[in-house]
Amino acid sequence: MTDWLTPDEWRAVALSLRVSLWATALSLPLGILVAYALARWQFWGKQLLNGLVHLPLILPPVVTGYLLLMTFGRRGTVGQYLDQWFGIVLAFRWTGAALAAAVMAFPLMVRAIRLAIEAVDPKLEQAAATLGASRPWVFATVTLPLILPGIIAGAILAFAKAMGEFGATITFVSNIPGQTQTLPSAIYAVLQVPGGEATAARLVWVAIGVAMAALVLSEWVARGVARRIAGT
Amino acid sequence: MTVQIALTHRFGGFALDVAFDAPPGVTALFGRSGSGKTTTINAVAGLFRPDQGRITLDGVTLLDSGRGLCLPPHRRRIGYVFQDARLFPHMTVRQNLAYGQWFAPKGPGVGEPGVGLDRIVDLLGIGALLERRPGGLSGGEKQRVAIGRALLSRPRLLALDEPLAALDDARKAEILPYLERLRDELHLPMLYVSHAMAEVARLATTVVVLEAGRVVAAGPAADVLSDPAAAPTLGLREAGALLGVRVAAHDVDGLTRLDSAAGPLWLPQLDAPPGTALRIRILAQDVILATERPQHLSALNVLPAVIRDIRLGDGPGALIRLDAGGETILARITRRSAQTLGLVAGQNVFAILKALSVAQQNVGATRAPRA
Repeated sequence: MTDWLTPDEWRAVALSLRVSLWATALSLPLGILVAYALARWQFWGKQLLNGLVHLPLILPPVVTGYLLLMTFGRRGTVGQYLDQWFGIVLAFRWTGAALAAAVMAFPLMVRAIRLAIEAVDPKLEQAAATLGASRPWVFATVTLPLILPGIIAGAILAFAKAMGEFGATITFVSNIPGQTQTLPSAIYAVLQVPGGEATAARLVWVAIGVAMAALVLSEWVARGVARRIAGT
Repeated sequence: MTVQIALTHRFGGFALDVAFDAPPGVTALFGRSGSGKTTTINAVAGLFRPDQGRITLDGVTLLDSGRGLCLPPHRRRIGYVFQDARLFPHMTVRQNLAYGQWFAPKGPGVGEPGVGLDRIVDLLGIGALLERRPGGLSGGEKQRVAIGRALLSRPRLLALDEPLAALDDARKAEILPYLERLRDELHLPMLYVSHAMAEVARLATTVVVLEAGRVVAAGPAADVLSDPAAAPTLGLREAGALLGVRVAAHDVDGLTRLDSAAGPLWLPQLDAPPGTALRIRILAQDVILATERPQHLSALNVLPAVIRDIRLGDGPGALIRLDAGGETILARITRRSAQTLGLVAGQNVFAILKALSVAQQNVGATRAPRA
């Protein structure tokens, strides 16, 4: 199998998987919190938060990448302190690619989870409270299990979006083979070279394969969870 | 175990202003929809916060707006049975039943009732359902599980909001005996919201009648239900008295003889062994009055009684309250008949009741004497 793709191509595939997994895993808790806040809480600035979350969906990805560079670049408003205090550098590193992917995928994740939360009958949560469960317990034992299909759907959607993220990533972390060159960046790079179509085709097949696998997996898991929740 | 409730709250065009005490036993909150019953019970459970109010349960203050105190629902320990059972769909029946036990105080002697899963499962007849999920249960089964779940959270008070309203008559008849057993076997106070007089008459020990956000009558069930003044609110067709009786014998011709302070009564065969204490509701419109003991009459039940008072309504009817051997019986007759017979308070009359006119749903278990 290893001779099917060149080491550089393998690195691109592995990097894409790593970036997407980290982006999804780290943004999931925040995604659940934001979705819950948007679905259930009334607070000042709710519309502002909603707009902010959805901004990457509407903005040209290049603009999001530019804003990330301005904010989290080595001399960016936040990035310089991350570098000085914690020694964390995001720009032109794979961690930056993960951040870019997470930001781009966040609105999709939040939308899926928010819909699931809005579908939970608050009367069930009320019933749990009368049985002695405090707010955190109600969330952990009633709300969370009921929105699990939505969380899985949101996570898979975010993962797929992260796998395909290109514009913001290349703007924020560039296209350095072995370091920040993800699958889409690699496809883009080989297409710039005459005669690179064959390589591109192989990578495209990998992209299609990963996407299909994610889709099938999510369907399978969500169906199992839904059956458990349907209560029959 | 006494609950003291006093609330005021202003909604748009509706003002709630209620104050009453609920002594041990079943306190029924009776009234039409929109009279404020559910709002009141929700305030007790902590699901609704009124403008002003004070609620204490057995000396524990749940709400005191004057002191800015309002316990959240999960710290009130009030078991709540909703009209829609609200079982958790992702849990089995057993897990639903156990849910409140995670949070209930542990150890014997803490909280009432100190009853375990086995007893409740047995009491409610849900043993066969334990491993099933709520989605596959019938409405009546769901409601019994919901009652069990509330009981197993070791509540200090059980609140029931129209628990039978969403069920058909057969399912209601299936659950009512279980509620009677809870009342008689667990010494747990209950607040029971209903707009169905038949349920109230069977279950309540105390009745609080609400109308447009206010208490219009409150007291022991037998007194309130036979109070002619409360009849317009309770519904004239539903007006009637509760009579405590004891099964004396089952006759061979399919009738059951009952003994009561008012005299013997015969009703169609009842499914209860001799000696069983029951309470029956006798609707005022089923009672006929005679000034002399009638002869050659098909009706079996003729009880001598004394007229206590006569209440003439706006319509053609009159409500006559009778004293029969210390028990109250209510009769609804026309004003014309009352005038023709020359009925006056203090007069001796005979109350006549057809054996077949007492519906089975108006015969219920009585509150068993405590051991």
